[in-house]
Amino acid sequence: MLSARHKTGLVFFPAFDWAISPTHPEREERLLYTQDQVFEEGLFDIEGIIEFKPDLVLVKDIQRVHFCVPDVWNVTTESHFISAGGAKTIGSAVLSKEIERGFALVRPPGHHAMRIVHGSRGFCNINIEAIMIEYLRRAYKIDKVAIVDTDCHHGDGTQDIYWHDPDTLFISIHQDGRTLYPGTGFTNELGGPNAVGTTLNIPLPPNTSEEGFLHVMKHVIKPVLDDFKPDLIVNSAGQDNHFTDPLANMNFSAQGYAALTSILQPDIAVLEGGYSIEGALPYVNVGIILAMAGIDYSKVKEPDYNPDKIRQSSEITKAIEKIGETVLSYWQRRNSLRDQIQRTEGFDQRTRSIFYDTDGISEKQKEKIRPCNDCGGALCIDSSSDRGHHILAIHIPLKACAKCKETGYAWYESADRSAYGMVVLQDRTEDIYLEKK
Amino acid sequence: MIIGLDVGGTHTDVVLLGKQGLINEVKVPTDASNLFRSVLSGLNKITKGVEPQEIHRAVFSTTLTTNAIVQNNLPPIGMIVSSGPGVDPEFFRTNDHYFPVSGSIDHRGREIKPIDPAEIKTISKTLKKSGIPYVGVVSKFSVRNPSHELAIYEILKDDFEKVFLGHRISGNLNFPRRISTTYLNAAVYPIHKEFYDAIIKSIEQKWLHIPLHILKADGGTMSLEASMDFPGQTIVSGPAASIMGSIPFAPVQQDCLVLDIGGTTTDMAVLIDRVPVLDPLGTSLSYYKTLIRSLYTHSIGIGGDSFVRVEDGHLKIGPDRKGSAMAYGGQSPTPTDALCVIGLIKDGDNEKARNGIQQIADQLGDPLQTAALKIFDATYKKIISEARAMIDRINSKPVYTIHELQEGYKVDPKQILIIGGPAPYFARHIEEYSGIAVGVVPKWKVANAIGAALARTTCEVVFFADTERGFASSPEENFYESIDRSFTRDDALKKANELLKAKALHKGANPEDLELEVLEDLQFNMVRGFHSTGKNIRIKVQVKPGILSEYADIAEMLLV
Ligand SMILES: [Zn+2]
Ligand SMILES: [Zn+2]
Repeated sequence: MLSARHKTGLVFFPAFDWAISPTHPEREERLLYTQDQVFEEGLFDIEGIIEFKPDLVLVKDIQRVHFCVPDVWNVTTESHFISAGGAKTIGSAVLSKEIERGFALVRPPGHHAMRIVHGSRGFCNINIEAIMIEYLRRAYKIDKVAIVDTDCHHGDGTQDIYWHDPDTLFISIHQDGRTLYPGTGFTNELGGPNAVGTTLNIPLPPNTSEEGFLHVMKHVIKPVLDDFKPDLIVNSAGQDNHFTDPLANMNFSAQGYAALTSILQPDIAVLEGGYSIEGALPYVNVGIILAMAGIDYSKVKEPDYNPDKIRQSSEITKAIEKIGETVLSYWQRRNSLRDQIQRTEGFDQRTRSIFYDTDGISEKQKEKIRPCNDCGGALCIDSSSDRGHHILAIHIPLKACAKCKETGYAWYESADRSAYGMVVLQDRTEDIYLEKK
Repeated sequence: MIIGLDVGGTHTDVVLLGKQGLINEVKVPTDASNLFRSVLSGLNKITKGVEPQEIHRAVFSTTLTTNAIVQNNLPPIGMIVSSGPGVDPEFFRTNDHYFPVSGSIDHRGREIKPIDPAEIKTISKTLKKSGIPYVGVVSKFSVRNPSHELAIYEILKDDFEKVFLGHRISGNLNFPRRISTTYLNAAVYPIHKEFYDAIIKSIEQKWLHIPLHILKADGGTMSLEASMDFPGQTIVSGPAASIMGSIPFAPVQQDCLVLDIGGTTTDMAVLIDRVPVLDPLGTSLSYYKTLIRSLYTHSIGIGGDSFVRVEDGHLKIGPDRKGSAMAYGGQSPTPTDALCVIGLIKDGDNEKARNGIQQIADQLGDPLQTAALKIFDATYKKIISEARAMIDRINSKPVYTIHELQEGYKVDPKQILIIGGPAPYFARHIEEYSGIAVGVVPKWKVANAIGAALARTTCEVVFFADTERGFASSPEENFYESIDRSFTRDDALKKANELLKAKALHKGANPEDLELEVLEDLQFNMVRGFHSTGKNIRIKVQVKPGILSEYADIAEMLLV
């Protein structure tokens, strides 16, 4: 009888009654054919593959990661609570050793959601991976986590949340930002002054195929992971690199995704994007599930799969090899880069504009961080949107040193309440979320 | 009047029921080597002195096909399996003559790659040379498009006695289960046919007009004639018989846990408003997972005759049974002996029961009464904890919509019904321990046969419409129709219900017992390139399992 080499858990939640809008790519139909394929292949009958019903996340779980403006209810729907909940269910099952690995096949996605949330960007409202990881850190006392984002779009939301966290390695592999939304994710985006190098970006040229993805996985990501030695590897498993995806321009395949998964060996995979709902998702998801469970996937192929037709050119191969070398060298030099950046005195500041394409909201942020060698650093964000919201958000990281914690509270207490719509403090050391009256 | 007959491992129970209640019951020994003879002798005894025209229906529950599968006493079968891309079909091999062949159909029912007739002809020759008369043909996604199964059938049909096609067996998706279910149907066909022929041949002419039915694992029946096309449907009907027998005593508009405490095992099931909860996919038997509709039951190796012993200082009960209780001539102590020692059971050899429990007491270092109470407690507490776990599993069944996740029904039994010899002794203790009211099913010795007699004819229809591709179908019912863009979900529901009614009547249902229920009702807007291109509609309807409506009030009659 067919049985899994690795006991694998699945949450399958296609949200058949939820859509951003009737003809939006993120609509009811998205996982319909995937469900047909997964059911028809009988994957849930395989010995060692277990299907879980998703739990819902709590408001507290969301506030551990996000500052939602004006509040959680205004920027989420039930479906977000379930999709983040599905990730949480899988994460908990892995860490309680009920399963060896798990895959949250849920929607809507989350990797474009940043720490501050005014609305939906890139179809994402809340960051389901970050909510899961921060819950797991709280409940299971894990420390170092690596997130490998293999969605075709740069995981700018996850990058934002972990920009200052030296204990979370975020690696995004995506189609070059000059050719695709959200237009970021270049190799020189390496993390904040306290966490240089624990953000890595691998932008790949359009038409990259199996060869290119697997090269990067084997020769860049794997060595970095071996170096970093995370307690947990999370894969943001977007599937829009597929050669049939309507929103992107890559040439990846079901065989490629399955091979990538068996090289990466993630503890947890979470579905992100992927909008070729008939031609790609049914096959890619079957491939990923089999690869996670350690079952032969060699016969999982799309009807129109022809590796010769989608093979990348030698120029692309060369370009990818070069990008890989650049990223590896950044990783190897991360400590000296950090020293260089931290030499400047006082707080490190940055100002930026963020556009919420799905909801059409513009946000302006002023961010300052306390440079610190003992922790991720106290963080203060002044954010305003064209909807008239203005918030001062202060974040004290989970492993904050005494000085940073003190700084965070000082910012909170000295803030002029009348100058903002709200002043909030996320104190991760106490797992509390305070709003100034 | 109606007849219910349940063939058990040791004896066959038969009842004759009328509006006035239980008219007669008989027990005949089961002859495992000749089951139909047991059936016949039971029938002859129960109909003695009854006029044939007074009998309107007879339902049999047999273990014939179940036993053949469990004992792996199955004839060689040819299996032709067309998979296309996906999990390697070799993993689903059911038997020696199993041939994965070319051809591929996708999830929308589109042909990706045709079958190769020459390949099928070669296999056909090989099978014929081996003298194999029965073949199963299964293709992936055949419930969306059976054309490959049908094309293979056309090549085989003249050369084999019977060919079983996967899409006719169930409308549900699950290729590996479709393979094993098709295989089992083909494999039990000859023994079921032998049974059928024997019944028809041996039954006296004057009884032949009575509709004969077979009980299925879902607690419903089908006509004996219909069972010839789906003999696999007759498996695992044993647990269903007793559960159906408890329904007249179950509360309406409430959840009820049914415990059938036997000698070797305790079977459990859940009723919601007198309707049994079904397994979402199908029953499992031996190492076969199937698409055969079945009650959601859980069986544990604990019963009145379970072997009781002490291991490493701990009391152990079951799952083995070494024989009957010592009080009734057995060699090893059992929970029944504990009941004798406590004084709950008055008959039986109390002396022998005490001797048996004394061995346990000595090993535990307890006085005799304490040991007996410990055995009794451990027995019913284990049963209750397993029942709770089963209810948790029912409630944690994954769902796929926000609506179901938020509003989904949660099973929460307000009553427990116990069937079986030790039932009365357990009742009060289980009630105190679980905090749930406990009732005992009367006439428990023939509850199984009563359940068979009262069971309605059930069936299910899966209906699929794709207005983009312009077709509606229910391959299991051999239904295909061209539709246009104006076809709606209401049209689909109406058509599915029509098909269901026709199917139920064909399988022998009484028109007044067609209680239809919608199990799945989904409609998706299909969008390609930001434009709506059609609708994808999925409907699943069933005739609910339950008891014949004209006998709905029989409970009062059975209590007297
Ligand atoms: Zn994407
Ligand atoms: Zn610090």
